[in-house]
Amino acid sequence: MLITVTVNGTERTDEVEPRLLLVQYLRDVLGLTGTHIGCDTSSCGACTVLVDGEAAKSCTILAVQVDGGTVRTIEDLAGPDGALDVVQEGFRQEHGLQCGYCTPGMVMASTALLAETPHPTDDEIREALEGNLCRCTGYTSIVASVRWAAEHADGRSPGAGSADGPAS
Amino acid sequence: MIPASFDYVRADSAEAALAALAEHGDEAKLLAGGHSLVPLLKLRLAVPAVLVDIGRLEDLSYIRDAGDHLAVGALTRHRDLERSAVLAEHLPLLAHTAHLVGDPQVRNRGTIGGSLAHGDPASDLPAVALATRATMVITGPDGERTVAADDFFAGFLETAVQPDELLTEIRFPKATGAAWSYQKFVRRAQDWAIVGVAVQGGATPGVALVNMASTPVRAAAVEAALASGADAATAAEAAPDGAEPQPDLQASVAYREHLARVLTRRALTASALG
Repeated sequence: MLITVTVNGTERTDEVEPRLLLVQYLRDVLGLTGTHIGCDTSSCGACTVLVDGEAAKSCTILAVQVDGGTVRTIEDLAGPDGALDVVQEGFRQEHGLQCGYCTPGMVMASTALLAETPHPTDDEIREALEGNLCRCTGYTSIVASVRWAAEHADGRSPGAGSADGPAS
Repeated sequence: MIPASFDYVRADSAEAALAALAEHGDEAKLLAGGHSLVPLLKLRLAVPAVLVDIGRLEDLSYIRDAGDHLAVGALTRHRDLERSAVLAEHLPLLAHTAHLVGDPQVRNRGTIGGSLAHGDPASDLPAVALATRATMVITGPDGERTVAADDFFAGFLETAVQPDELLTEIRFPKATGAAWSYQKFVRRAQDWAIVGVAVQGGATPGVALVNMASTPVRAAAVEAALASGADAATAAEAAPDGAEPQPDLQASVAYREHLARVLTRRALTASALG
């Protein structure tokens, strides 16, 4: 089936099998391997991307379900010069990762949170990340990372681009 | 994990969905948010020949005050239930329980109709449908019919919805100002309930259990005990009566029965019942 999806601001049109999962479409068809496959059972959240601006687990969505929609992945956050966006920078500043496997999903779930709730409480951060598992850090530094991003947004919306558009 | 091959049909109306079901019969499965079905497809526990995608039927996504009851469209997402001002006022049990389904990503995609029609005894919302004495509106080739929640859950992952039918609306009696409680015992926030209990207060209190049988199940013995004037602790002792919990890696039968009693007592106490 032919699908058209705006991925990180670029319109893509591809012929896909209906059974192709969104995460496979992103990784295998588009080569966007920043989105990770963790548990592959919609538990761990490593595959979290934004679908039409909302956090979603791309291992549990068929690519055909996002036909006509927009998807943002971790690749869209940093600026063209490689400068980290504020959420990524928060994870760097507060040591929000060790092995880094869960990090793209954590960052995208945090991006969705901050777009809707720019100044979350720690409880709101923890709730927003309850669908994302990290086996390294114990979460405290991840919560601190998101808090850092909220405190340093300086009028920038999380993510270098808009929710529907490309990084500029 | 990769699903087996299937044909994909996107329905742009309820009528189109019914036509596709009529054409493909029980070879077809309906796809709403997909957060119950896609995992089954990936495990190949479900191997439909055709998927009929009803996820874009936005006219089936609504929460309406319909006078004596609330009408909730089957395609309404958990995210919309948990944030609904109408539910917060008239049926907070449903809004609160929807907030406990899965995690934010799941609630952004999963729908109430999908959850109910999937008929998983470990799901949260079926217990709410039972406790509130909801009515399901099912649309088929001959038009609409209504089925009481008590008659809806037919067996493990089986409901009254026939292969050529579509669950279109759920009608909940209003419970404005009535006490309620949902108790869910999990090892991690996002997990399925090991055991759960929904209690809806009102003129005739409703009590229903999660994961205590092969279907979502009403705790009729608890309701009867309350009706005869038992206190919360006494009524809660009857929680496992009539249930048939199954053992699994998380809990034995005896442990599930224990949890049902404890959670029911907590829920009744929180609801000031008994």
